[in-house]
Amino acid sequence: MSSDIRFTDFKSDKQPTWCPGCGDFGTMNGMMKALAETGNDPDNTFVVAGIGCSGKIGTYMHSYALHGVHGRALPVGIGVKLANPDLEVMVAGGDGDGYSIGAGHFIHAVRRNVDMSYVVMDNRIYGLTKGQASPTSREDFETSTSPEGTHMSPVNPLALALASGASFVAQTFSSDSQRHTEVVKEAIEHDGFGLVNVYSPCVTFNDVDTYDYFRDAIVDVSETDHDSNDKDAARDLITDGSTEYVGVLYRDEASVPYEEREGIEGSMADIPDGAPEDAMDLVREFY
Amino acid sequence: MPDDLNWAIGGEAGDGIDSTGKIFAQALSRAGRHVYTSKDFASRIRGGYTAYKIRSSVDRVESVVDRLDILIALTERTIDENMDELHEGSVIIYDGERTTMQDVEIPEGMIGLDVPLKSLAEDAGGAIMRNVVALGVACEVSDFPIENLDSALEKRFKDKGQAIVDNNSKAARLGQEYAAEQFDYDYGYSMETTDNDYVLLNGDEAIGMGAIAAGCRFYAGYPITPATDVMEYLTGRIDQFGGTVVQAEDELAAINLALGAARAGARSMTATSGPGIDLMTETFGLVATSETPMVICDVMRAGPSTGMPTKQEQGDLDMLVYGGHGEIERMVVGPTSVAECFWKTVEAFNLAEKYQLPVFLVSDLSLAVTEQTFPPETFDMDEVEIERGNVVDEAEIDSWLDEQGRFQPHFPAADGISPRALPGTTDGAHMTTGLEHDANGRRTEDEEIRVEQVEKRSQKFETAREREDWDYREFGDPGAETLVLSWGSNEGPMREALDFLAEDGIDVRFISVPYLLPRPDLSEEIAAAETTIVVECNANGQFADLIEHDVLERVERINKFTGVRFKADELAEEIRRLVEPQEVAQ
Repeated sequence: MSSDIRFTDFKSDKQPTWCPGCGDFGTMNGMMKALAETGNDPDNTFVVAGIGCSGKIGTYMHSYALHGVHGRALPVGIGVKLANPDLEVMVAGGDGDGYSIGAGHFIHAVRRNVDMSYVVMDNRIYGLTKGQASPTSREDFETSTSPEGTHMSPVNPLALALASGASFVAQTFSSDSQRHTEVVKEAIEHDGFGLVNVYSPCVTFNDVDTYDYFRDAIVDVSETDHDSNDKDAARDLITDGSTEYVGVLYRDEASVPYEEREGIEGSMADIPDGAPEDAMDLVREFY
Repeated sequence: MPDDLNWAIGGEAGDGIDSTGKIFAQALSRAGRHVYTSKDFASRIRGGYTAYKIRSSVDRVESVVDRLDILIALTERTIDENMDELHEGSVIIYDGERTTMQDVEIPEGMIGLDVPLKSLAEDAGGAIMRNVVALGVACEVSDFPIENLDSALEKRFKDKGQAIVDNNSKAARLGQEYAAEQFDYDYGYSMETTDNDYVLLNGDEAIGMGAIAAGCRFYAGYPITPATDVMEYLTGRIDQFGGTVVQAEDELAAINLALGAARAGARSMTATSGPGIDLMTETFGLVATSETPMVICDVMRAGPSTGMPTKQEQGDLDMLVYGGHGEIERMVVGPTSVAECFWKTVEAFNLAEKYQLPVFLVSDLSLAVTEQTFPPETFDMDEVEIERGNVVDEAEIDSWLDEQGRFQPHFPAADGISPRALPGTTDGAHMTTGLEHDANGRRTEDEEIRVEQVEKRSQKFETAREREDWDYREFGDPGAETLVLSWGSNEGPMREALDFLAEDGIDVRFISVPYLLPRPDLSEEIAAAETTIVVECNANGQFADLIEHDVLERVERINKFTGVRFKADELAEEIRRLVEPQEVAQ
């Protein structure tokens, strides 16, 4: 790992096609900075992206990366990390990818607690398909597919994570670059599954959850007396419903990643030229 | 034709049928006899009829037949279920003291041995050993040296302590002695033993062992009959070689976990059955366009939908050959015997890495649940070769960078095979995607590049077609007018059917095809035959359709879709029916 890595080393030569002003610019910059500042370089980093505006991130970043099918980014990321724990694995996606089509994987990825980070660009809208309700859209949010509101309560991703046994639950605002970067760094450095839900406003299709709204609504828990090791306190904040909290809401300092509990060590890519030395013992077992 | 003995134990699920059958199979194997087993079972934990059947001979056996010589019947229904296979002189061992068995009527001409299995088991130390008492009776009836049973009991119970082993051994002897003292029949069976050493395993275990031998280190799966044994085999074993098994939340996750591990450079696989393949289909295209080497195993069972989960069928071929939207380059390899389950798994991994695509390893329930004996050298690990294809290391990477110094994971090489840089390789960082992409793996909709990449992926397949040996397995009379083609587990019964047919003077050339895509060109073979018959376990003749498509000629079809595998004698009869009218006409 080289020490002179700058965050621009994680930038590809492709220009993002996100709408001007999109929250994803800030989200991505923070991811790249956090990766560089935690001592990673593109050759030991694996980024997995889902589908949607957020899924384009693999194209704009430079590292080993896979842009997969809709909703399955987490299983891919887990597979990468378990097969080679020496890699830094970061999974990126949106609210649709992570909390709708991929919701099942989200719960189980949280439970498995593999040492990786998951950055969700949550804009509470489907942007790439031009403005339909997302799982985090408000109940009264009117869109082309919900003309009178969704008539469903929005998913609370942090609560879902906490209920699934999360070891690190955080939220950031893409516009606050410094705090966002700091929190993503903490997610990377956390020994386990680090969830960062990012308020990443869609300037084109969401006129409710806007930059102005978030600027007014958010409270940074680092500026309160919240103890992020206190699960009950975290649960209260997360289910509060009236305030948009950012910062690290919960962190289990005793977290031991799945791969460590399973005794997985080193890359699985290196194998002998023939069957393993003791392979004939496998045959003898069948006597 | 082997001088064989056909034995079965049947009862309700939960009666210990499976483990008792396995113990007897093991004992026969230890005695140097060949064994071929089958199971009748229901998809439930307790209740419902279930049976474990063994065909055994000193010669190789490759099929079940329509004949049952010795039956241990724990329920009355067991006798009814097997009525067609029982014959004059068949021996039925049962416990007349069991309330449900008091009124059992032994069919005319058969020998009923009423043995107090439970009481004798209690004498030996516990009612739980009543099946073992019955095994002792079976040893007496078949004139099989009971010492062989001891070594199988030892293997089965040694973890539970010597006392348990000894009690079981005693239970078996009580059964044997009871039968010797109480009955005076001339059963006419003799189980010859040999000094040969055999190993006894099923197709799922062979796939699992093949995977480890081939260097597979990552397995992700979701439990499903009849593929679960692959996962259970690997669990606890693959770890010893530095690998891991991940039980996924569903098959969507399983294939994507395996995909991630493969991107990280591990030899990686998942195994499932039809309903799981349905879910995994979503990711087939991504595996193919990202050019990720992966082995996806489908152990087929009867569909569609939930179908008959514990029954045999070969109904997924179309799905594996055509499944997924768009045009997906893939290979489909289908082992035709339990031993081939091992070797084709090894080959599947090599093909996947050499050509950087998904390889479907298609097996079926018959192979999965059949325990079969083999000389251990059948699985000679020294013969396993690992070919990893075009993986480039740091020394070679410069020659695969473009002018801007970017790695090209989808470089359109003349043979279609691009370089692979495994994550962690300096200067190899690259992305890939399920979107159409350029040589760098970045999204494009440029018409020229689209055509170039599609052609590159298809060229890779053509390269494989030319470079590899897609040979078939051949049996019978190469000059015969009748040609039989089959795939998967039908090879076993068909090989034995050849003997039945030869007895009747019907010569048959039999070609068993282990490669479904790409597959051998059979034009000449079919042109040389008077009649071509395609044998498979499905209703529509999916393999026959592919063959007709290849040779532009109609073939005869024998299809079985009852949920039960072909039996050698039944298959011979079907072929005879198709062939004989023509001979009369001549």
